[in-house]
Amino acid sequence: MNHPLHAKFGIWDLHCHLLGIPGRTPEEKMAGLLEIADRHQIERLCLFFSSTWAKNPTADELRTDNDYVIQAMSHWSDRVLGFCYVSPEHVEASLDEVERCVVNGPMVGIKLWVAQRADAGELDAIIDKASKAKAVIFQHTWFKQDGTQTPGESTPLHLAALARRFPDTHFICGHAGGQWELGIRAIRGLPNVSVELAGSDPTAGFTEMAVRELGASRVIFGSDAAGRSFASQLAKVYGAAISDSDRQAIFRDNLRTLVLGTGKIKA
Amino acid sequence: MIDTNVYLERWPFRRLTADDSEQLVATLKALGITQAWAGSFDGLFHRDIGGVNERLSQKCRESDDGFLIPFGTVNPTLPDWEDDLRRIDEEFQMPGIRLHPAYHGYMLDDSRFAELLRFANDRSLAVQLVVGMEDERTQHTLHRIPSVDLSPLKAVLKEVGGTQIMILNAFRSVSVAQAVELTLDTSIHFDIAMLEGIAGAGKLIESLPAERIVFGTHAPLFYPDSAILKLIESGLPEAILLKLKAENAANWLANR
Repeated sequence: MNHPLHAKFGIWDLHCHLLGIPGRTPEEKMAGLLEIADRHQIERLCLFFSSTWAKNPTADELRTDNDYVIQAMSHWSDRVLGFCYVSPEHVEASLDEVERCVVNGPMVGIKLWVAQRADAGELDAIIDKASKAKAVIFQHTWFKQDGTQTPGESTPLHLAALARRFPDTHFICGHAGGQWELGIRAIRGLPNVSVELAGSDPTAGFTEMAVRELGASRVIFGSDAAGRSFASQLAKVYGAAISDSDRQAIFRDNLRTLVLGTGKIKA
Repeated sequence: MIDTNVYLERWPFRRLTADDSEQLVATLKALGITQAWAGSFDGLFHRDIGGVNERLSQKCRESDDGFLIPFGTVNPTLPDWEDDLRRIDEEFQMPGIRLHPAYHGYMLDDSRFAELLRFANDRSLAVQLVVGMEDERTQHTLHRIPSVDLSPLKAVLKEVGGTQIMILNAFRSVSVAQAVELTLDTSIHFDIAMLEGIAGAGKLIESLPAERIVFGTHAPLFYPDSAILKLIESGLPEAILLKLKAENAANWLANR
Protein backbone atom coordinates (compact mmCIF):
# COMPACT_ATOMS: atom_id res chain seq x y z
CA MET A 1 0.00 0.00 0.00
CA ASN A 2 1.49 3.28 -1.06
CA HIS A 3 0.82 6.94 -1.71
CA PRO A 4 2.92 8.76 -4.33
CA LEU A 5 4.08 11.48 -1.90
CA HIS A 6 4.32 9.36 1.24
CA ALA A 7 7.58 9.79 3.17
CA LYS A 8 8.69 12.66 0.94
CA PHE A 9 8.21 15.37 3.59
CA GLY A 10 9.11 16.00 7.19
CA ILE A 11 5.86 16.15 9.16
CA TRP A 12 5.05 17.65 12.54
CA ASP A 13 1.48 17.38 13.77
CA LEU A 14 0.25 20.39 15.73
CA HIS A 15 -2.84 18.81 17.23
CA CYS A 16 -3.27 15.44 18.95
CA HIS A 17 -5.18 14.03 21.89
CA LEU A 18 -4.97 10.59 23.47
CA LEU A 19 -8.63 9.87 22.79
CA GLY A 20 -9.65 6.25 22.34
CA ILE A 21 -6.08 4.96 22.25
CA PRO A 22 -5.77 1.66 24.12
CA GLY A 23 -3.52 1.67 27.17
CA ARG A 24 -3.64 1.66 30.96
CA THR A 25 -1.40 4.67 31.45
CA PRO A 26 -0.69 7.93 29.61
CA GLU A 27 2.68 6.49 28.59
CA GLU A 28 1.09 3.40 27.06
CA LYS A 29 -1.45 5.49 25.18
CA MET A 30 1.32 7.78 23.95
CA ALA A 31 3.25 4.77 22.67
CA GLY A 32 0.12 3.60 20.85
CA LEU A 33 -0.41 6.97 19.18
CA LEU A 34 3.22 7.18 18.10
CA GLU A 35 3.10 3.69 16.63
CA ILE A 36 0.29 4.76 14.32
CA ALA A 37 1.98 8.11 13.59
CA ASP A 38 4.99 6.09 12.44
CA ARG A 39 2.87 4.59 9.64
CA HIS A 40 2.87 8.10 8.12
CA GLN A 41 6.46 8.95 9.09
CA ILE A 42 5.24 11.77 11.35
CA GLU A 43 8.37 12.98 13.12
CA ARG A 44 6.89 14.95 15.99
CA LEU A 45 3.47 15.65 17.37
CA CYS A 46 1.96 18.11 19.79
CA LEU A 47 -0.19 16.75 22.59
CA PHE A 48 -3.19 18.63 24.00
CA PHE A 49 -5.29 17.78 27.05
CA SER A 50 -6.39 14.17 27.07
CA SER A 51 -7.75 13.44 30.50
CA THR A 52 -10.79 15.28 31.87
CA TRP A 53 -12.17 16.68 28.59
CA ALA A 54 -13.78 19.41 30.70
CA LYS A 55 -15.16 22.21 28.53
CA ASN A 56 -15.25 24.51 31.55
CA PRO A 57 -12.41 23.03 33.56
CA THR A 58 -11.93 23.86 37.21
CA ALA A 59 -8.48 24.92 38.37
CA ASP A 60 -7.93 21.37 39.61
CA GLU A 61 -8.97 19.90 36.28
CA LEU A 62 -6.49 22.14 34.46
CA ARG A 63 -3.72 20.78 36.65
CA THR A 64 -4.96 17.21 36.19
CA ASP A 65 -4.97 17.56 32.41
CA ASN A 66 -1.55 19.17 32.31
CA ASP A 67 -0.06 16.53 34.62
CA TYR A 68 -1.45 13.87 32.29
CA VAL A 69 0.20 15.45 29.24
CA ILE A 70 3.52 15.84 31.03
CA GLN A 71 3.38 12.20 32.07
CA ALA A 72 2.44 11.06 28.55
CA MET A 73 5.30 12.98 26.93
CA SER A 74 7.87 12.06 29.56
CA HIS A 75 9.34 9.10 27.66
CA TRP A 76 9.26 10.79 24.27
CA SER A 77 10.67 14.27 24.83
CA ASP A 78 12.39 13.97 21.45
CA ARG A 79 9.08 13.45 19.61
CA VAL A 80 6.24 14.91 21.66
CA LEU A 81 5.63 18.59 22.37
CA GLY A 82 3.19 19.42 25.15
CA PHE A 83 0.60 22.20 25.27
CA CYS A 84 -0.67 23.58 28.55
CA TYR A 85 -4.46 23.71 29.02
CA VAL A 86 -5.53 27.13 30.36
CA SER A 87 -8.87 28.85 30.86
CA PRO A 88 -9.88 32.51 31.20
CA GLU A 89 -12.43 31.36 33.80
CA HIS A 90 -9.46 30.70 36.13
CA VAL A 91 -6.91 33.39 35.39
CA GLU A 92 -4.69 32.98 38.42
CA ALA A 93 -4.65 29.18 38.14
CA SER A 94 -3.88 29.49 34.43
CA LEU A 95 -1.01 31.87 35.09
CA ASP A 96 0.33 29.39 37.62
CA GLU A 97 0.04 26.58 35.06
CA VAL A 98 1.92 28.56 32.41
CA GLU A 99 4.64 29.21 34.99
CA ARG A 100 4.73 25.53 36.06
CA CYS A 101 4.37 23.81 32.70
CA VAL A 102 5.93 26.23 30.20
CA VAL A 103 8.30 28.64 31.98
CA ASN A 104 9.64 25.99 34.36
CA GLY A 105 8.38 22.87 32.62
CA PRO A 106 8.68 20.98 29.34
CA MET A 107 5.68 22.41 27.47
CA VAL A 108 5.97 24.69 24.43
CA GLY A 109 2.54 26.27 24.17
CA ILE A 110 -0.93 26.91 25.53
CA LYS A 111 -4.26 25.54 24.39
CA LEU A 112 -7.47 27.53 24.69
CA TRP A 113 -10.67 25.61 24.08
CA VAL A 114 -14.29 26.59 24.72
CA ALA A 115 -14.55 27.88 28.29
CA GLN A 116 -14.86 31.49 27.13
CA ARG A 117 -14.67 33.25 23.83
CA ALA A 118 -11.31 34.54 22.73
CA ASP A 119 -12.36 38.18 22.85
CA ALA A 120 -12.99 37.98 26.61
CA GLY A 121 -10.92 40.55 28.50
CA GLU A 122 -10.01 37.93 31.10
CA LEU A 123 -7.70 36.35 28.54
CA ASP A 124 -5.36 39.33 28.38
CA ALA A 125 -3.30 38.43 31.45
CA ILE A 126 -2.86 34.85 30.22
CA ILE A 127 -1.87 35.94 26.73
CA ASP A 128 0.53 38.51 28.16
CA LYS A 129 2.27 35.85 30.26
CA ALA A 130 2.29 33.24 27.49
CA SER A 131 3.64 35.79 25.06
CA LYS A 132 6.47 36.77 27.40
CA ALA A 133 7.27 33.07 27.79
CA LYS A 134 7.35 32.85 23.96
CA ALA A 135 4.77 30.06 24.14
CA VAL A 136 2.91 28.95 21.02
CA ILE A 137 -0.70 30.09 21.46
CA PHE A 138 -3.47 27.89 20.08
CA GLN A 139 -7.16 28.83 20.13
CA HIS A 140 -9.90 26.38 19.07
CA THR A 141 -12.34 28.06 16.66
CA TRP A 142 -15.45 26.95 14.81
CA PHE A 143 -18.27 28.56 12.86
CA LYS A 144 -20.99 25.94 13.37
CA GLN A 145 -23.96 25.99 11.07
CA ASP A 146 -26.00 23.33 12.83
CA GLY A 147 -26.76 25.12 16.10
CA THR A 148 -24.22 23.22 18.20
CA GLN A 149 -21.92 26.19 18.93
CA THR A 150 -21.41 26.26 22.69
CA PRO A 151 -21.71 29.57 24.58
CA GLY A 152 -17.97 29.91 25.14
CA GLU A 153 -16.89 28.57 21.76
CA SER A 154 -14.92 31.06 19.70
CA THR A 155 -15.24 31.76 16.02
CA PRO A 156 -12.21 33.10 14.16
CA LEU A 157 -13.79 36.55 14.53
CA HIS A 158 -13.36 36.33 18.31
CA LEU A 159 -9.74 35.32 17.87
CA ALA A 160 -9.25 38.20 15.43
CA ALA A 161 -10.42 40.61 18.14
CA LEU A 162 -7.86 39.15 20.55
CA ALA A 163 -5.09 39.23 17.95
CA ARG A 164 -5.75 42.91 17.32
CA ARG A 165 -5.14 43.61 21.01
CA PHE A 166 -1.81 41.76 20.84
CA PRO A 167 -0.33 42.66 17.45
CA ASP A 168 3.15 41.49 18.43
CA THR A 169 1.97 38.05 19.57
CA HIS A 170 1.43 35.14 17.21
CA PHE A 171 -1.80 33.11 17.38
CA ILE A 172 -2.94 29.89 15.75
CA CYS A 173 -6.55 29.75 14.62
CA GLY A 174 -7.44 26.13 15.37
CA HIS A 175 -9.50 24.30 12.73
CA ALA A 176 -9.50 27.51 10.64
CA GLY A 177 -13.02 27.91 11.97
CA GLY A 178 -14.27 24.64 10.50
CA GLN A 179 -16.04 26.53 7.76
CA TRP A 180 -12.66 27.46 6.40
CA GLU A 181 -13.95 29.77 3.69
CA LEU A 182 -15.20 32.00 6.52
CA GLY A 183 -12.34 31.39 8.92
CA ILE A 184 -9.62 32.26 6.45
CA ARG A 185 -11.39 35.50 5.57
CA ALA A 186 -11.87 36.38 9.25
CA ILE A 187 -8.16 36.39 10.05
CA ARG A 188 -6.51 37.13 6.70
CA GLY A 189 -5.90 40.80 7.51
CA LEU A 190 -3.95 39.85 10.64
CA PRO A 191 -0.39 38.79 9.88
CA ASN A 192 0.05 37.59 13.47
CA VAL A 193 -2.51 34.80 12.97
CA SER A 194 -1.94 31.44 11.27
CA VAL A 195 -4.58 28.84 10.49
CA GLU A 196 -4.43 25.19 11.43
CA LEU A 197 -5.91 22.60 9.05
CA ALA A 198 -7.03 20.01 11.62
CA GLY A 199 -10.29 18.50 12.64
CA SER A 200 -12.62 18.86 9.68
CA ASP A 201 -13.49 16.76 6.66
CA PRO A 202 -10.83 16.66 3.92
CA THR A 203 -12.79 18.98 1.66
CA ALA A 204 -10.88 19.83 -1.47
CA GLY A 205 -9.84 23.44 -1.88
CA PHE A 206 -9.23 24.16 1.81
CA THR A 207 -5.45 24.23 1.64
CA GLU A 208 -5.36 25.92 -1.75
CA MET A 209 -7.52 28.80 -0.47
CA ALA A 210 -5.46 29.11 2.71
CA VAL A 211 -2.22 29.32 0.72
CA ARG A 212 -3.72 31.76 -1.79
CA GLU A 213 -5.21 34.10 0.80
CA LEU A 214 -2.65 33.89 3.62
CA GLY A 215 0.53 32.56 2.04
CA ALA A 216 1.90 29.14 2.90
CA SER A 217 3.86 30.56 5.83
CA ARG A 218 0.58 31.10 7.74
CA VAL A 219 -0.78 27.59 7.28
CA ILE A 220 0.04 24.76 9.72
CA PHE A 221 -0.74 21.05 9.54
CA GLY A 222 -2.53 19.38 12.42
CA SER A 223 -4.72 16.31 12.61
CA ASP A 224 -6.86 16.39 15.78
CA ALA A 225 -6.05 12.70 16.14
CA ALA A 226 -7.14 10.44 17.65
CA GLY A 227 -10.72 11.66 17.17
CA ARG A 228 -9.77 12.23 13.54
CA SER A 229 -7.53 9.98 11.53
CA PHE A 230 -4.09 11.21 10.60
CA ALA A 231 -5.05 10.11 7.09
CA SER A 232 -7.92 12.47 6.36
CA GLN A 233 -5.94 15.44 7.62
CA LEU A 234 -2.68 14.58 5.87
CA ALA A 235 -4.74 14.37 2.68
CA LYS A 236 -5.43 18.09 2.90
CA VAL A 237 -1.75 18.76 2.27
CA TYR A 238 -0.81 15.76 0.13
CA GLY A 239 -3.84 16.27 -2.10
CA ALA A 240 -3.71 20.05 -2.48
CA ALA A 241 -2.64 21.69 -5.72
CA ILE A 242 0.29 23.52 -4.15
CA SER A 243 4.05 23.37 -4.57
CA ASP A 244 6.21 20.87 -2.71
CA SER A 245 7.98 23.74 -0.94
CA ASP A 246 4.62 25.00 0.33
CA ARG A 247 3.74 21.45 1.37
CA GLN A 248 6.94 21.23 3.41
CA ALA A 249 6.30 24.60 5.04
CA ILE A 250 2.79 23.52 6.06
CA PHE A 251 3.70 20.01 7.13
CA ARG A 252 6.58 21.02 9.39
CA ASP A 253 8.60 24.15 8.85
CA ASN A 254 6.08 26.77 9.99
CA LEU A 255 5.39 24.97 13.26
CA ARG A 256 9.06 24.22 13.74
CA THR A 257 9.86 27.93 13.48
CA LEU A 258 7.29 28.74 16.18
CA VAL A 259 8.55 25.99 18.48
CA LEU A 260 12.18 26.98 17.96
CA GLY A 261 11.13 30.45 19.11
CA THR A 262 10.19 29.03 22.50
CA GLY A 263 13.79 27.99 23.10
CA LYS A 264 12.54 24.57 24.22
CA ILE A 265 14.12 22.64 21.37
CA LYS A 266 17.37 22.96 19.50
CA ALA A 267 17.62 23.73 15.79
CA MET B 1 -8.24 -0.33 -6.74
CA ILE B 2 -11.95 0.40 -7.21
CA ASP B 3 -13.27 3.73 -5.97
CA THR B 4 -16.98 3.25 -5.30
CA ASN B 5 -17.73 6.89 -4.49
CA VAL B 6 -16.93 9.67 -6.95
CA TYR B 7 -19.01 12.41 -8.58
CA LEU B 8 -18.95 14.23 -11.89
CA GLU B 9 -20.20 17.75 -12.73
CA ARG B 10 -20.17 20.70 -10.32
CA TRP B 11 -20.58 20.75 -6.54
CA PRO B 12 -23.08 23.63 -6.13
CA PHE B 13 -21.23 25.50 -3.40
CA ARG B 14 -17.58 25.53 -4.41
CA ARG B 15 -15.38 24.95 -7.42
CA LEU B 16 -13.17 21.91 -6.92
CA THR B 17 -9.74 21.28 -8.36
CA ALA B 18 -10.87 18.03 -9.94
CA ASP B 19 -14.44 18.90 -10.91
CA ASP B 20 -13.47 18.53 -14.55
CA SER B 21 -13.90 14.84 -15.30
CA GLU B 22 -10.59 14.54 -17.19
CA GLN B 23 -8.77 16.10 -14.26
CA LEU B 24 -10.61 13.82 -11.86
CA VAL B 25 -9.67 10.71 -13.81
CA ALA B 26 -6.03 11.81 -13.98
CA THR B 27 -5.96 12.49 -10.24
CA LEU B 28 -7.48 9.15 -9.35
CA LYS B 29 -5.22 7.21 -11.71
CA ALA B 30 -2.15 8.92 -10.26
CA LEU B 31 -3.18 7.48 -6.90
CA GLY B 32 -3.41 3.96 -8.27
CA ILE B 33 -7.17 3.76 -8.71
CA THR B 34 -8.16 1.63 -11.68
CA GLN B 35 -11.93 2.10 -11.75
CA ALA B 36 -14.29 4.70 -10.29
CA TRP B 37 -18.05 4.51 -9.84
CA ALA B 38 -19.50 7.91 -10.62
CA GLY B 39 -22.70 9.65 -9.64
CA SER B 40 -23.59 13.19 -10.59
CA PHE B 41 -23.61 16.29 -8.41
CA ASP B 42 -26.33 17.57 -10.76
CA GLY B 43 -28.56 14.79 -9.46
CA LEU B 44 -28.76 16.43 -6.04
CA PHE B 45 -30.90 19.40 -7.08
CA HIS B 46 -31.78 19.12 -10.76
CA ARG B 47 -35.26 17.90 -11.66
CA ASP B 48 -34.49 17.03 -15.28
CA ILE B 49 -33.06 13.71 -14.20
CA GLY B 50 -33.09 12.34 -17.73
CA GLY B 51 -30.65 15.08 -18.71
CA VAL B 52 -28.52 14.46 -15.63
CA ASN B 53 -28.17 10.78 -16.46
CA GLU B 54 -27.60 11.36 -20.16
CA ARG B 55 -24.65 13.67 -19.37
CA LEU B 56 -23.30 11.21 -16.80
CA SER B 57 -23.49 8.38 -19.30
CA GLN B 58 -21.77 10.45 -21.98
CA LYS B 59 -18.95 11.57 -19.67
CA CYS B 60 -18.31 8.02 -18.52
CA ARG B 61 -18.27 6.75 -22.10
CA GLU B 62 -15.71 9.42 -22.96
CA SER B 63 -13.39 8.28 -20.20
CA ASP B 64 -10.80 5.94 -21.63
CA ASP B 65 -10.79 2.19 -20.99
CA GLY B 66 -14.03 2.15 -19.04
CA PHE B 67 -12.46 3.82 -16.03
CA LEU B 68 -15.65 5.64 -15.00
CA ILE B 69 -18.69 3.46 -14.31
CA PRO B 70 -21.94 5.48 -14.13
CA PHE B 71 -24.45 5.14 -11.31
CA GLY B 72 -27.58 7.00 -12.35
CA THR B 73 -29.80 9.27 -10.32
CA VAL B 74 -33.41 8.41 -9.49
CA ASN B 75 -35.64 10.73 -7.46
CA PRO B 76 -38.83 8.86 -6.53
CA THR B 77 -40.60 12.07 -5.53
CA LEU B 78 -40.65 13.25 -9.16
CA PRO B 79 -43.43 12.34 -11.60
CA ASP B 80 -42.65 9.34 -13.79
CA TRP B 81 -39.44 8.46 -11.99
CA GLU B 82 -40.00 4.91 -13.21
CA ASP B 83 -38.99 5.97 -16.71
CA ASP B 84 -35.73 7.42 -15.40
CA LEU B 85 -35.01 3.98 -14.00
CA ARG B 86 -35.95 2.33 -17.28
CA ARG B 87 -33.60 4.61 -19.22
CA ILE B 88 -30.76 3.98 -16.76
CA ASP B 89 -31.13 0.29 -17.48
CA GLU B 90 -32.16 0.09 -21.13
CA GLU B 91 -30.72 3.20 -22.78
CA PHE B 92 -27.65 4.03 -20.70
CA GLN B 93 -26.96 0.47 -19.59
CA MET B 94 -25.68 1.53 -16.20
CA PRO B 95 -25.04 -1.20 -13.63
CA GLY B 96 -26.64 0.68 -10.77
CA ILE B 97 -28.23 3.75 -9.26
CA ARG B 98 -27.16 6.20 -6.57
CA LEU B 99 -29.88 7.53 -4.26
CA HIS B 100 -29.83 10.75 -2.22
CA PRO B 101 -32.94 10.52 -0.01
CA ALA B 102 -31.97 13.52 2.13
CA TYR B 103 -31.56 15.77 -0.89
CA HIS B 104 -34.73 14.50 -2.52
CA GLY B 105 -36.84 14.85 0.60
CA TYR B 106 -38.03 11.38 1.50
CA MET B 107 -37.49 9.02 4.41
CA LEU B 108 -36.65 5.35 4.03
CA ASP B 109 -40.04 4.30 5.38
CA ASP B 110 -41.70 6.15 2.47
CA SER B 111 -43.52 3.59 0.30
CA ARG B 112 -41.94 5.12 -2.81
CA PHE B 113 -38.52 4.02 -1.58
CA ALA B 114 -39.64 0.39 -1.28
CA GLU B 115 -41.23 0.60 -4.70
CA LEU B 116 -38.03 2.00 -6.15
CA LEU B 117 -36.03 -0.88 -4.68
CA ARG B 118 -38.48 -3.38 -6.19
CA PHE B 119 -38.09 -1.82 -9.61
CA ALA B 120 -34.30 -1.82 -9.23
CA ASN B 121 -34.40 -5.49 -8.25
CA ASP B 122 -36.50 -6.33 -11.27
CA ARG B 123 -33.85 -4.79 -13.50
CA SER B 124 -30.89 -6.20 -11.54
CA LEU B 125 -29.64 -2.71 -10.78
CA ALA B 126 -27.30 -2.33 -7.82
CA VAL B 127 -28.24 0.43 -5.37
CA GLN B 128 -25.94 2.92 -3.66
CA LEU B 129 -27.57 4.99 -0.92
CA VAL B 130 -25.83 8.19 0.20
CA VAL B 131 -26.29 9.12 3.86
CA GLY B 132 -24.87 12.62 3.53
CA MET B 133 -22.60 14.72 1.38
CA GLU B 134 -20.86 16.93 3.94
CA ASP B 135 -20.54 17.78 7.63
CA GLU B 136 -23.81 19.36 8.74
CA ARG B 137 -21.83 21.96 10.68
CA THR B 138 -20.36 23.34 7.47
CA GLN B 139 -23.40 23.43 5.20
CA HIS B 140 -24.40 26.64 3.47
CA THR B 141 -26.73 28.89 5.48
CA LEU B 142 -29.59 28.34 3.02
CA HIS B 143 -28.91 24.62 2.63
CA ARG B 144 -29.63 22.53 5.69
CA ILE B 145 -29.78 18.86 4.77
CA PRO B 146 -29.87 16.29 7.58
CA SER B 147 -28.23 12.89 7.29
CA VAL B 148 -30.42 10.00 6.17
CA ASP B 149 -31.96 8.02 9.03
CA LEU B 150 -31.14 4.40 8.20
CA SER B 151 -33.24 2.87 10.98
CA PRO B 152 -36.12 1.78 8.66
CA LEU B 153 -33.77 0.22 6.11
CA LYS B 154 -33.64 -3.37 7.36
CA ALA B 155 -37.41 -3.65 7.49
CA VAL B 156 -37.70 -2.29 3.96
CA LEU B 157 -35.07 -4.68 2.65
CA LYS B 158 -36.84 -7.58 4.34
CA GLU B 159 -40.10 -6.53 2.72
CA VAL B 160 -38.57 -6.00 -0.74
CA GLY B 161 -35.96 -8.75 -0.65
CA GLY B 162 -32.83 -9.26 -2.68
CA THR B 163 -31.58 -5.70 -3.09
CA GLN B 164 -27.84 -5.35 -3.53
CA ILE B 165 -27.24 -2.19 -1.52
CA MET B 166 -24.17 -0.16 -0.59
CA ILE B 167 -24.21 2.70 1.90
CA LEU B 168 -21.95 5.64 1.07
CA ASN B 169 -20.71 8.28 3.51
CA ALA B 170 -22.31 6.51 6.46
CA PHE B 171 -19.83 6.98 9.24
CA ARG B 172 -20.38 10.65 10.02
CA SER B 173 -23.78 9.83 11.50
CA VAL B 174 -23.99 6.03 11.68
CA SER B 175 -22.28 4.34 14.62
CA VAL B 176 -20.27 1.16 14.17
CA ALA B 177 -22.84 -0.65 16.32
CA GLN B 178 -25.62 0.49 14.00
CA ALA B 179 -23.60 -0.58 10.97
CA VAL B 180 -23.07 -4.02 12.49
CA GLU B 181 -26.80 -4.35 13.10
CA LEU B 182 -27.53 -3.33 9.51
CA THR B 183 -25.24 -6.01 8.09
CA LEU B 184 -26.95 -8.86 9.98
CA ASP B 185 -29.22 -10.81 7.60
CA THR B 186 -28.54 -8.37 4.75
CA SER B 187 -25.85 -7.93 2.10
CA ILE B 188 -25.27 -4.27 2.96
CA HIS B 189 -21.79 -2.88 2.25
CA PHE B 190 -20.26 0.37 3.53
CA ASP B 191 -17.61 2.64 2.04
CA ILE B 192 -14.90 4.36 4.10
CA ALA B 193 -14.97 7.91 2.70
CA MET B 194 -16.39 9.42 5.91
CA LEU B 195 -14.89 6.92 8.32
CA GLU B 196 -12.93 8.83 10.95
CA GLY B 197 -10.81 8.17 14.02
CA ILE B 198 -7.26 7.00 14.16
CA ALA B 199 -6.62 3.71 12.34
CA GLY B 200 -10.37 3.68 11.74
CA ALA B 201 -10.44 1.02 9.02
CA GLY B 202 -8.49 -1.38 11.21
CA LYS B 203 -10.87 -0.79 14.12
CA LEU B 204 -13.92 -1.13 11.86
CA ILE B 205 -13.13 -4.66 10.80
CA GLU B 206 -12.86 -5.69 14.44
CA SER B 207 -16.64 -5.25 14.43
CA LEU B 208 -17.76 -5.49 10.82
CA PRO B 209 -16.92 -8.33 8.43
CA ALA B 210 -14.07 -7.24 6.17
CA GLU B 211 -16.11 -8.43 3.18
CA ARG B 212 -18.67 -5.67 3.81
CA ILE B 213 -16.27 -2.74 3.57
CA VAL B 214 -15.30 -1.07 0.30
CA PHE B 215 -12.96 1.68 -0.77
CA GLY B 216 -14.52 5.06 -1.56
CA THR B 217 -12.99 8.52 -1.74
CA HIS B 218 -15.93 10.93 -2.18
CA ALA B 219 -13.81 12.77 -4.73
CA PRO B 220 -13.72 15.42 -5.97
CA LEU B 221 -15.51 16.91 -2.94
CA PHE B 222 -12.91 15.25 -0.70
CA TYR B 223 -9.23 14.98 -1.45
CA PRO B 224 -9.09 11.34 -2.66
CA ASP B 225 -5.75 10.86 -0.90
CA SER B 226 -7.69 10.60 2.36
CA ALA B 227 -9.14 7.14 1.71
CA ILE B 228 -5.81 5.78 0.49
CA LEU B 229 -4.01 7.09 3.54
CA LYS B 230 -6.70 5.49 5.73
CA LEU B 231 -5.74 2.11 4.34
CA ILE B 232 -2.06 2.82 4.99
CA GLU B 233 -2.92 3.96 8.52
CA SER B 234 -5.08 0.89 9.20
CA GLY B 235 -2.15 -1.47 9.64
CA LEU B 236 -4.25 -4.19 8.04
CA PRO B 237 -2.52 -7.12 6.31
CA GLU B 238 -2.34 -7.09 2.54
CA ALA B 239 -4.88 -9.90 2.17
CA ILE B 240 -7.51 -7.78 3.92
CA LEU B 241 -6.47 -4.64 2.06
CA LEU B 242 -7.02 -6.44 -1.23
CA LYS B 243 -10.61 -7.10 -0.22
CA LEU B 244 -11.18 -3.48 0.74
CA LYS B 245 -9.39 -2.05 -2.26
CA ALA B 246 -11.19 -3.97 -4.99
CA GLU B 247 -12.41 -7.51 -4.33
CA ASN B 248 -15.42 -6.60 -2.20
CA ALA B 249 -16.65 -3.95 -4.60
CA ALA B 250 -16.20 -6.21 -7.62
CA ASN B 251 -18.08 -9.04 -5.89
CA TRP B 252 -20.83 -6.69 -4.77
CA LEU B 253 -21.45 -5.50 -8.29
CA ALA B 254 -21.19 -8.98 -9.78
CA ASN B 255 -23.84 -10.27 -7.38
CA ARG B 256 -26.53 -7.79 -8.34
